[in-house]
Amino acid sequence: MNARAELPLHAPGTRTDLGYIGKSTPRANAKRLLQGRGTYVDDLRFPRLAHVVFFRSPHAHARLKKLDLSKAAKQPGVLGVFDGRAVAEYCTPWVAVLGHLKGIKSPPQHAIAIERACWQGEAVAAVVAETRAQAEDALAYVEAEWEELPVVTDMEAALAGKTVIHPELGDNICFKREFVTEGFDQAWQKADLVVEETYDFGRHTGVCLEGRSILADYNAAEHSLTVYHSTQAPHMMQDIFARHLDIPESNVRVIAKDVGGSFGIKVHVYPDEMATAALSVMLRRPVKFVADRMESFLTDIHAREHRVRVRLACTKAGEIIGFDLDDLTAIGPYSVYPRTSGIEGNQVVNLTGGPYKHKHYRARLNVVFTNKNVTSQYRAVGHPIAVALTEAIVDLAANKLGIDPAEFRRRNLIPDDAYPYTFPSGLKFEQLSHHQSLERLLALMDYPKLRAEQAALRRQGVYRGIGLAAMIEVTNPSPAFYGVGGARISAQDGATLRLDPSGMVNVLCSVTEQGQGSEGIFAQIAASVLGVTIDKVKVITGDTGVTPYGGGTWASRGAGIGGEAVLQAGKALRSNILDIAAAILNEDKAKLDIVNNEVVDRLSGAAKLALAEVGRVAYFRPDTLPMKFQSELTVTRHYTPREYGFTFTNGIQASLVEIDVETGFVKLLKHWCVEDCGTIINPMLVDEQIRGGIVQGIGAALYEECLYDDNGQLLNGNLADYLVPMAGEMPDIVVGHIETPTRGSELGAKGAGEAGTAGAPGAVMNAVNDALAPLGTRLTAQPFTPDRVLRALGKV
Amino acid sequence: MEHLIETTLTLNGAQVTRRIPARQHLVDFLREEMGLTGAHLGCEHGVCGACTLRLDGKIVRGCLTLAVQANGRRVDTIEGLSDSGELALLQKAFHERNALQCGFCTPGMLLAAQDLMHSKRHPSREEIREHLSGNLCRCTGYQAIVDAVQTALVARQGASR
Repeated sequence: MNARAELPLHAPGTRTDLGYIGKSTPRANAKRLLQGRGTYVDDLRFPRLAHVVFFRSPHAHARLKKLDLSKAAKQPGVLGVFDGRAVAEYCTPWVAVLGHLKGIKSPPQHAIAIERACWQGEAVAAVVAETRAQAEDALAYVEAEWEELPVVTDMEAALAGKTVIHPELGDNICFKREFVTEGFDQAWQKADLVVEETYDFGRHTGVCLEGRSILADYNAAEHSLTVYHSTQAPHMMQDIFARHLDIPESNVRVIAKDVGGSFGIKVHVYPDEMATAALSVMLRRPVKFVADRMESFLTDIHAREHRVRVRLACTKAGEIIGFDLDDLTAIGPYSVYPRTSGIEGNQVVNLTGGPYKHKHYRARLNVVFTNKNVTSQYRAVGHPIAVALTEAIVDLAANKLGIDPAEFRRRNLIPDDAYPYTFPSGLKFEQLSHHQSLERLLALMDYPKLRAEQAALRRQGVYRGIGLAAMIEVTNPSPAFYGVGGARISAQDGATLRLDPSGMVNVLCSVTEQGQGSEGIFAQIAASVLGVTIDKVKVITGDTGVTPYGGGTWASRGAGIGGEAVLQAGKALRSNILDIAAAILNEDKAKLDIVNNEVVDRLSGAAKLALAEVGRVAYFRPDTLPMKFQSELTVTRHYTPREYGFTFTNGIQASLVEIDVETGFVKLLKHWCVEDCGTIINPMLVDEQIRGGIVQGIGAALYEECLYDDNGQLLNGNLADYLVPMAGEMPDIVVGHIETPTRGSELGAKGAGEAGTAGAPGAVMNAVNDALAPLGTRLTAQPFTPDRVLRALGKV
Repeated sequence: MEHLIETTLTLNGAQVTRRIPARQHLVDFLREEMGLTGAHLGCEHGVCGACTLRLDGKIVRGCLTLAVQANGRRVDTIEGLSDSGELALLQKAFHERNALQCGFCTPGMLLAAQDLMHSKRHPSREEIREHLSGNLCRCTGYQAIVDAVQTALVARQGASR
């Protein structure tokens, strides 16, 4: 009667009580944040804490002729001043390449640049003082003489290579890739229609509200380093600190308490953070660095900046034959360690045309160095580019053929019964739901009614546009993403579950919490699998000293990988608990179950033994158990996705905009998203994470761009000039789901965190161009600012 | 030596006297001198709202207010307003609706929302959005926050009936 669900959750034909899975359970760890009692790195108080600030290059490319730190060293409170050579004695440089990105190259990068700065904002000296104010005061006394070097800011110029930023590399090309399917040219010749357009994507960045923060505490007596770090990947950072500072791995502990937003920004190695750790070793005391907003804009990784020419070939009947892509992207002067800066472009090559059933594909990618801040993986890595350019060219083709965009997609999306499916770029899809998602979206929107309304308003001079963007998304990556290329980045994650004497369950997981609710869903999974109420579960993440080893939070992997590890550990612990209960009760284990914090009779549901009693006996009175019996109330399990390189998800978004043709303002009226992330563990958390992702994507499409002048100077490195979406500009966003669980795990969860950001810019782009269509113009450069709209309309 | 100014303020209901550097901002004073780390520094130029505090009952940017300006005035922070229970309705609504992710903006957002609870009886969703438009949340997409504020407003009406 009350028998609990047997996993897997997606076993065909079963209708089971899944406990907390699928329920909008509020997360326990939000309560402290609501009272201002979170612990972000800058909230920590340490004895003898020193503060470091950096002297940064004012030039985009310049040689340091002279650096005089002597006056700064004499300022009040200053504990030390250091140049790149001094720090290099303690911290070895790195080169960000990966074996599976054939031919990728990048020069060695130091924690503090030596002799030459390659972008505006690159640190060339560090000042450490007793307070941050003292350190900042002393910065004014650093004396530097510079010889300015030729600056490369334009991607095409970088590719042409007249000026080479790193002469020892021979050219400015970090990475290039070419790809073509067999028979491409012959197939292309059969096309009735070929459409071509070139799209520009501006640079933008993550704007985590909490700046990058690190507090490194070296203990000379133990030769140990404890790093409190606002990071997504504590174990990766442990490995990096250990190797580059020459400290044994087990002597390095990385602790990520509360993290104030990350979005991919905080999964990379930053020179100033490495310098902070080195300075702690050098000064044998705790040292803290917190990036201020200007430093964040100058040195947090940027992303995007692509110029992509794309062609689509199709038949008169509207069947897509193939895509032809040429992507040029600029990444700043260094490939970013250890994930490289080749991945975003590589993703564009992998993912373009993703939702469609064409067979032919050709792609060319060039990733070039420039003298701007570095770029690397930011939320949805490559997807916003691939989705937007695919969906824009698809709309253009539909438009030329006079086919409604929704109908054109219906004809071309990969059928829902075609799986498993291999995509022309070589990607393998386990099971996607494009058609279900499309139909669900159109129903949510009331698409025909919206089209009718749009037509009626156009007659009144109101320019509304409707844009669709279908997408696929990489989630739950296997070692194929980084590990195979030689990166020491774990694709596996682990969970330890422990039953405490009082019947409480302690969960330790290597996936970290950045606010997305990892700890909340791990509690839901553990409670559901074990048969306890959620108030009995405590979750700890973000500490290499206590959790199992794992990758952390990136690439939409937390729920799918970390969640499965929790599930497996929970199953094992449940079995162990029942072993003890069976021994105590002298009953057959198979007849017992756990429901509502008690061991019960599986058939009758009658309570037999509280878990607190199991705990009491196991820990305090094991003498009452059979002689050879040993309780195991702590269990660890791991999970690595293996069968597929990536667990692809799919979704589709729609945007409704209105353009004021007098001011050029694009007003977002409504936005919809239907997404398939497999098993949904907490609908409330998933929906809000998707909305947050959409809003970041909308920011990219409408407002956000890191603007540089020809000298490589960032023009808008503050929140007054770099615009991000605020509550007033954002509409309500409708989120719907299709649930196609992955069969690669028992939990069946796929990733959800990046889907919103992946699809939103494409949907907005198509909506903007749909609105402009009657005016005979199109926009192809993001963000779609009023200035660009007015230029397109010939009004300025 | 830095110029220090003796300053007396009422901080979360208790009188506090300190000698404060003239240039120190109120949020830095609270965080560094008083250990009240609930208000956060997001931009330090008055845009993001993460440092929102209450000065004599009105919300201000802690990064644009000098600490010495608080002399003779009342300062309330997320810590004090949590302990007094004043924010309880909003905090409950935010928790149940998951109107926060990383939580960095949340103390400022709550103070801005509480300001609306004081000033408007029946704000529309648009008015809520407008009122919160000085507080950047990079995680949620805002919808849950607007929902939670609406819920708290309804709950307040129920409580005051």
